[in-house]
Amino acid sequence: MVSAVTVITTTDRISAVLAHVPDPEIPAVSVLDLGIVRDVSETRVLITPTYTGCPATLAIEQSIRQALDANGYANVAIETTLSPPWSTDWISDAGREKLRAYGIAPPPKGASASALKNNQAAECPQCGSSNTEELSRFGSTPCKALWRCKACLEPFDRFKCH
Amino acid sequence: MDALATYALRLGDDSLILGQRLGEWCGHAPALEVDLSLTNVALDQVGQATHFLGLAGAIENAGRDADALAFRRDVMDFTNCLLVEQPNGDFAQTIARQFLFSHYQALLFEQMARVKDERFAAIAAKALKEVSYHATLASDWVVRLGDGTEESKARMVAGLDWMWRFADELFVMDDVDAAAIAAGAGVDKSALRAEWDARIDAVLADATLARPASRRPVLGGRAGHHSEHLGHLLSDMQFLQRAYPDATW
Repeated sequence: MVSAVTVITTTDRISAVLAHVPDPEIPAVSVLDLGIVRDVSETRVLITPTYTGCPATLAIEQSIRQALDANGYANVAIETTLSPPWSTDWISDAGREKLRAYGIAPPPKGASASALKNNQAAECPQCGSSNTEELSRFGSTPCKALWRCKACLEPFDRFKCH
Repeated sequence: MDALATYALRLGDDSLILGQRLGEWCGHAPALEVDLSLTNVALDQVGQATHFLGLAGAIENAGRDADALAFRRDVMDFTNCLLVEQPNGDFAQTIARQFLFSHYQALLFEQMARVKDERFAAIAAKALKEVSYHATLASDWVVRLGDGTEESKARMVAGLDWMWRFADELFVMDDVDAAAIAAGAGVDKSALRAEWDARIDAVLADATLARPASRRPVLGGRAGHHSEHLGHLLSDMQFLQRAYPDATW
């Protein structure tokens, strides 16, 4: 019998802090869920912006800074990288479920490379129907498109495949 | 500024001026969805400008950041192409400008994403995802307006006819481009023209529109020779930093 010993490292603790930093535009999901955090070490957190013009980018960095400082990691630096560019494929499964529960149709996993990525019918986050239509490819934030369910007639946001 | 910094500056200026122009539509577009689209495209362009101008400032290494380059230069120091500074006109004219520019930008960034200089390649790869949306949006509207009513078609034809004279400048190569290519950061823009023509022609055919008649190209933006329109745009965009230098939120 080998008994497993769980070692909680500093990077685990920093990741746990990040798991509670919400996205400023969609507070239902954390910066970890969205795949914004690319790497965590004992000395730095590496993040990447979602869209180049997303006004939340600065707010996200400030929220992470505050959370790190408040939990005793003031010496951990935040660095930003553009490459490789952020993709919706990096949104975690838990993040996708949180988006759906929040009323935003999540992007299908692994679909960002597909030519059909934003043409496939989105599933209505309210009633689950696939009988939906796109109203506007651009929505209330850079990451969302505006859709409508033809079954329950509710409009909803769709997180764009990116 | 050396050639590589100037190269980044030109890319940033194109995006910045187009972003500012599109922002003028905020609250004025013909429908809510269009308002959202144009302002989203504006936001993407301003985001790209922030990266390219930041890079220009870093290469220049004289203490100027993206904000200093955006808000503290006068009109003759701007290096954007003349197409992006053209006034919005009506919705069709705005779409014509976007259509010609977005297809150029998409082709440019497809190539730039593969250059050796990782700083340029990273911005291009990221921006390309956004720009392909812009090209689709503009193409869809060219078809809807061109193959629409008599009125919408006439406006689309007039919009394209005005913007067409500024298209050639997009593909002109000079010493700055040559130096950027030699440094592993630049793209041979003249080599993009054939594919650009093909993409534009395909959409025009869908839209039942003829390619506008060729006319003498208008050049000069890269050298700081701008239309009167740019000065007015800057007086609006730069007002706050001019009136209250170093003001912050």
